[in-house]
Amino acid sequence: MAYDASNLTVQAYRRENGRVGVRNHVLILPVDDISNAACEAVANNVKGTLAIPHAYGRLQFGEDLELHFRTMIGTGANPNVAAVVVIGIEPGWTKIIADGIRETGKPVAEFSIEQNGDFETIRAAGWKAKEFVHWATELQKEECPLTDLWVSTKCGESDTTTGLSSCPTVGNMYDKLIPNGLYGCFGETSEITGAEHICEKRAATPEAAEAFKALFKAYSEDVIFAHQTDDLSDSQPTKGNILGGLTTIEEKALGNLEKIGRECTYIDAMGPAVAPTKGPGLYFMDTSSAAAECVTLMAAAGYVIHTFPTGQGNVVGNPIVPVIKISGNPRTLRTMAEHIDVDVTGVLTREMTIDQAGDSLIDMIRRTANGRHTAAEALGHREFSMTKLYRSA
Amino acid sequence: MAVPQLLVHDEKDNVGVVVVEGLSAGTDMLCVITHDNSDFRLTAKEDIPIGHKVALKDMKAGDTVYKYGEDIGKMIADVAKGHHVHTQNCKTKRW
Repeated sequence: MAYDASNLTVQAYRRENGRVGVRNHVLILPVDDISNAACEAVANNVKGTLAIPHAYGRLQFGEDLELHFRTMIGTGANPNVAAVVVIGIEPGWTKIIADGIRETGKPVAEFSIEQNGDFETIRAAGWKAKEFVHWATELQKEECPLTDLWVSTKCGESDTTTGLSSCPTVGNMYDKLIPNGLYGCFGETSEITGAEHICEKRAATPEAAEAFKALFKAYSEDVIFAHQTDDLSDSQPTKGNILGGLTTIEEKALGNLEKIGRECTYIDAMGPAVAPTKGPGLYFMDTSSAAAECVTLMAAAGYVIHTFPTGQGNVVGNPIVPVIKISGNPRTLRTMAEHIDVDVTGVLTREMTIDQAGDSLIDMIRRTANGRHTAAEALGHREFSMTKLYRSA
Repeated sequence: MAVPQLLVHDEKDNVGVVVVEGLSAGTDMLCVITHDNSDFRLTAKEDIPIGHKVALKDMKAGDTVYKYGEDIGKMIADVAKGHHVHTQNCKTKRW
């Protein structure tokens, strides 16, 4: 019988553009690396704000610059963010990013440092940040359908237990919620190597399959084959994967794809940090398999909760999106339980079915949306990693 | 059902995964095929860490290794049933 999610609701923030957010950040967003200090000073002065320093934003050009703008605008536009203060070294690119975020209808203010200096910028931005905090902290949560959330996935420090337990747990959640109207997203282009034939078959339309094949081919040729100096045996699978028992990329890829369940099909394959445009359903995104880079790109596409299966114990978090960790590896639960939100070790002992594991993840998504801090949030994991396509000018 | 020491994804597979810590050589393992919940027994011939693979049959260098019912690479050395399959004797066919 088809799963019915119509009675599942969460208490969350309905934003100006109708999207639902599960956190209420006032973001202090640097346009570029040299504006990090001013942003961090504002966040230090005004409690309840969050600065997200990063390493780039100068002398970028072409597709790489477009990705930078898309990631910055998408991060500010994410429904987990209530309001944004944008600070850049000069006004031009600062305005492009601020105007992009403004399209959501949320409050945005921009400041640039040239002709003002850090002191004056921090003073002026601090006043605006304080005003935004007062406004945001009076916003009320409302009851929203669980399936109004956008939920992404990516696994990390995978091992053979992820393919047996935590990845099919995410797959079961998608099999249940996507037909009920959830937006889903999976990616990790290089990590599909060895399972491309299966991934192609899971496209909802020939157009989606062609879009995936084109992205996969370009990634393989432009990134992997163009830069490889060996057979990638120490990079993909990673040293951690190998310690956990994964031997080949094909084996890792097959476990990775367990995250899209048994029945889901993806309706489009999109570039990094691109927001989905074809309505509710599952999307493939062209991303690196590095955890922080991938989660950052999916957050910039508008996903508000991330589900993260891990075997050996990846500890990644994100500044604006709660990252829910799921593990079935009993050694990881024994040695680093503080990082795990959903324990599915019972799948390996045959005391828990994948169906039950999927239900426990849905319950944790609901609790996280209602406000429970994830392990990564409680431990202060705020990894914000921009994807850079090539060297700057 | 008793707790298994080894899980196998698919009946076509020629390797299984150790799912308990501290598995020692000589253990008579309960093995479960997750696809259909059928089970069989196999003796571990080495101490094998949790998460690592065990050969379900004798294999020769060049043989294809199957897991999830799919091709996950090739043997680059012979292995006997019950022994450890990993980077020392198994390799990708890609890259």
